[in-house]
Amino acid sequence: MDLSMLWYLVPSVIMFAAGVYGFVTRKNMIALLISLELMLNSADLNFVVFNRYLFPDMMEGMVFTLFAIAIAAAETAVAIAIIVNIYRAVGNTDINSVKKMKY
Amino acid sequence: MDSVANIILYFVVAICIAVFSVMAVTSRRILRAATYLLFVLISTAVIYFQLGYQFLGAVQIAVYAGGIMVLFVFAILLTRKPGDMAAPLESHRRALGITISVAGCVLLLLALFYMPLLHGASLMEAINAGNQITMHDIGRAFTGTDRFQYLLPFEAISVLLLACIIGGVVVARKR
Repeated sequence: MDLSMLWYLVPSVIMFAAGVYGFVTRKNMIALLISLELMLNSADLNFVVFNRYLFPDMMEGMVFTLFAIAIAAAETAVAIAIIVNIYRAVGNTDINSVKKMKY
Repeated sequence: MDSVANIILYFVVAICIAVFSVMAVTSRRILRAATYLLFVLISTAVIYFQLGYQFLGAVQIAVYAGGIMVLFVFAILLTRKPGDMAAPLESHRRALGITISVAGCVLLLLALFYMPLLHGASLMEAINAGNQITMHDIGRAFTGTDRFQYLLPFEAISVLLLACIIGGVVVARKR
């Protein structure tokens, strides 16, 4: 039995679908952020797998993933700062309670 | 032909990813959802190690499973009481989510299975085809300006991180 590229892409697809489901259904902003991280992570996994199987003598997929991880960290930090600020202003982190931008 | 250990490791990790990513988005306790996300991230790091990208796996554990998860846990504890549960989902919202994600999942899986490119080399062939990536190569790739070298994006990332530190402090400080 061979572990071909397909095998590694299947968990990635499942991760992405779970992320989409969470992003559509959840209302808590932190839960939305968790779903977003799942989707980003599945894209990172795809980069690495394509790099390993299709272009094994290069490392561009790995470099892209490194940059994506750094950007995801930055994005999460800003998003969580905004969420904490919204919690101070509104009193919860429900996505429906943030209808006006200015508070 | 791949070794049995690799295949077993693959199945353990793949099942972990599938189960925990679904649980992370369906759990009604947000702190548990964050914990399941942590398991998914660690499983992804194991896949990176298995594919031969040791540095990337270490970065995934240090930055994602370490840094980002600490941010998540702090944010959750700052904004919710322990034991708080999310309200049950409305049925139309859940139906919409299930429709979109299942349709997307099926479409992507069909596309995957009909793609002839993907049924190719085994893991061992793929790993042996390329050179081992050493820290030396990674350092060179990040500190040069030639083709396939990434000094400019590397510096841009550092400026972005600085901007996001300042932005985080400005947005979240008390007025």
